[in-house]
Amino acid sequence: MKYLDEFRDGRLAQGLAARIQREIEPDRRYALMEFCGGHTHAICRHGIEDLLPAEVRLIHGPGCPVCVLPSGRLQAAIDLVERERVILCSYGDLLRVPGAQGDTLLKAKARGADVRMVYSVSDALEIARAHPDRPVVFFAIGFETTTPPTAVVLRQARREKLGNFSVYCNHVLTPPALRALLATDLPPPFQAAATRGTGLVDGFIGPAHVSTIIGTRAYEFVATEYRRPLVIAGFEPLDVLQSILMLVRQINAGEARVENEYTRAVGPEGNRKAQQWMDEVFEVHPSFEWRGLGELPNSALAIRPAFADWDAERRFAVPTIKASDHKACACGEVLRGIKRPEECKVFASACTPDHPLGSCMVSAEGACAAHYHYGRFRQAVTA
Amino acid sequence: MSPRRETYARKLDLTRGCVEIGHGGGGRTMAQLIEELFLAAFDNDWLRAQDDCARLTVPTGRLVMATDSHVVSPLFFPGGDIGCLSVHGTLNDVAMAGARPLYLAAGFILEEGFPLADLQRIVTSMARAAQAAEVPIVTGDTKVVERGKGDGVFITTTGVGVIPAGVDISANRAQPGDAVLLSGSLGEHGMAVLAQRENLSFDTSIESDTAALHGLVAAMVAAVPDIHCLRDPTRGGLSSALNEIARQSAVGMRLREAAIPVKEPVRALCEFLGLDPLYVANEGKLLAICPVEVAETLLAAMRAHPLGREAALIGEVVADPHGFVEMETVFGGHRLVDWLSGEQLPRIC
Repeated sequence: MKYLDEFRDGRLAQGLAARIQREIEPDRRYALMEFCGGHTHAICRHGIEDLLPAEVRLIHGPGCPVCVLPSGRLQAAIDLVERERVILCSYGDLLRVPGAQGDTLLKAKARGADVRMVYSVSDALEIARAHPDRPVVFFAIGFETTTPPTAVVLRQARREKLGNFSVYCNHVLTPPALRALLATDLPPPFQAAATRGTGLVDGFIGPAHVSTIIGTRAYEFVATEYRRPLVIAGFEPLDVLQSILMLVRQINAGEARVENEYTRAVGPEGNRKAQQWMDEVFEVHPSFEWRGLGELPNSALAIRPAFADWDAERRFAVPTIKASDHKACACGEVLRGIKRPEECKVFASACTPDHPLGSCMVSAEGACAAHYHYGRFRQAVTA
Repeated sequence: MSPRRETYARKLDLTRGCVEIGHGGGGRTMAQLIEELFLAAFDNDWLRAQDDCARLTVPTGRLVMATDSHVVSPLFFPGGDIGCLSVHGTLNDVAMAGARPLYLAAGFILEEGFPLADLQRIVTSMARAAQAAEVPIVTGDTKVVERGKGDGVFITTTGVGVIPAGVDISANRAQPGDAVLLSGSLGEHGMAVLAQRENLSFDTSIESDTAALHGLVAAMVAAVPDIHCLRDPTRGGLSSALNEIARQSAVGMRLREAAIPVKEPVRALCEFLGLDPLYVANEGKLLAICPVEVAETLLAAMRAHPLGREAALIGEVVADPHGFVEMETVFGGHRLVDWLSGEQLPRIC
C-alpha cells in the first residue's frame, strides 16, 4: 500500500535495529519515552521492543487523550446527557471509558440516553443541523491534533448561528505535560526513585501528528531547560526505529537537541493557520486535572467568552465531579517511567482492559492496556 | 397433493406496499404474505404442504444442528444482504463440524411499515443462496412487531446436517504441533458493512465475502478426514476464533503476520479508522487446524476450491499453559493477538 508499506519494510527495520545495536554503549542507560499513544500503539503492535538491545528501555508516556481524561469529567458528560436530554456526540474510544462509579456512555446509551458515535466533529455539526429542535453537544477531547477541527466547527456554528450546538471542551496541551514530566520538583516518592536512577527519562520520541500543528520549536525547552534530547517521529514503525537511533546518537554524544525525523509532515513553525483558529476560539485554562498526573498548570484549553453561546459548560449546569483513582493504581509512576506496567500490584489482576482501575488501562493506547493486549506474554515467559 | 390455493381480491402490492400488523396475525392477510412472497420464493414440497412443521427423511449417522440470528445494519451492503447472510451463516455453522447441511428453517421478525419491495429482495436473495447451496428452506415462521420496535427485519435460521463417517471435528481437538490454515483474506465483510453505515461515507471497492462454505469443507474432508478443528472467524474475527480454539483445546498458537492475507482496500480502511483486520468479521472464510504431516495436502485441497484459492498456512499450535495466541510481526518482533475487549471502536488519532 503506497505511503505505508515503505515505512513497514521488515528488512529496513532489521538494518536499523542492527545499527542501534552497534552504536549502543554498554554502560550507558537509554530510557526513552514515547509521549504519544500513537507511538505506543505502533511499538506494541509491531513488536518493536523485541528488536532493541536490553540497554534501550521504552517508557510509554501520557499521550493518550482518553487515558488522561479525569473520570469526573466523563461522569459529568454522562450526567449531562441523561439530565438535559441532549444528543451527545462522542468519538468511539470514549464510549467504554468508566466514569466515577464505573458507569460509561455505552451504559447510559443502553438506559436510553441519546449518545452517538461520530468520526469527526463535523459529523456532530451535521447532526445539530438535522435536529434543530434538540440540543446537540460534542464531547471534544484530544491534544493539539484534534483541536483545530473543533475550532473550525465552532467558528462555523457561530457563522450559521446554530443555536442548538455546543462543545464540551476537554482539549489538552502537549508541552505543559512534557514539562510536568521533566520538572525536578517531583513529589517525594518520585524524587527517591529518581535518585536511585530507576526513574526519569533520558530522551523523548516526540509527537507526530501534534507536531504537524505546533511545529518543532514548541519543544525547544526540553533541550534548553531540561537538557534532554527529543526527536519528533512519525507513527510508522520505521519512523520509531529511526528516531531511537537518532536519540542513541545524541545521548552518546552528550547532546540535547530537538531533531525532526518526521520531516515529511512537520516544519519548525507548524501549521500557522490551525494555530490562528485555535487562538481565536480557545484560551489557556489556568489549571486542569490529568488523570494519573494530577493538576497541571496551563495544560488545557477553554472556549473563549466570544464563543460562550457554544460552550456546553456555560449553557448547561455541568457538575464538577472529583474522583480519584484506586489507591493501588500506579499510573502516575508508570507514566513517569518510574514503574513498568507489570510492576503495578493490580496489573492484569484487579485492573484489566475490561475493568480498568487506572488511566493507563482505559484505552488501547494507554501504557498498561498496550502492554496487556500486546506484550503480557513476555512476563509469562520470564515468570 | 397440494392444498387448495386461496384466491385474494387483490394481489400483494410488492412495489409500494408495507408490512402491516395483520401480516403476522395468523389470518388471511398473513396467509397471502406467505403464499405470494415466501412460498413463491422458497417453493418446495415441504412448504407447499403448509403444515406448521416439516417431516424430514434423514440419513443415518451423526446429526448436526445449528441456529443463528441475523441483525445487520444496513440490511443491504456491497456483496450481499441480510437474506443471503442468514442462509450462509447457518450453513457455515453446520459445515464447521465437517457436516453436509440438509435442511434449513427460517424465522422472520418484521417491523410494521417495512417496505414489501425490500422484503421481497431479501427473500429472493435467501432463496437464491439456498438454491445455490442445494439446501431447501423447509419450514418457517413470521411475526410482525409494531413500528419502532424492530430494525426492519431480523432473521433467525436453523440448519441440520449430517457428519460423514470417520470425521470428528471440534474446537477442543487442537494439539501442539498442528498446523493452522486460513482459507483466504481477512476483514472484507466487516469493512464492507462498516463503510456503508450512515455516518460514514467511504467510497471503497470492498465487498462482503459472504459465502456458503460447506462445498469447500466437503473437499477438505475428502482430502484429509482427520481435520482436528474448523471455525469460521465471524464476529471478533480471526483473533476471537483462535483464542476460542486455544481455550477449548488448552493450547497456545504462534502465527506469522507475513503469511496472513489481507487485501489492500481492507488494510487501507482499517488503517484509516484505527482498526485491526485480525478483529474484523468475515462471513466466507474458515480456519482449519490439522496434523502438520497432512497440512500440505489440506492446503492443496483448499486452493483447488474457488473459495479457498488464497488459502495460506498461517501458523502452528504450541503447548502453552497461558493459552496465548502470539504472532511474529513482519519485523521479526512478537506481539499477543489478544481477545477483543467489548467491541472494536475507532481510535481518536
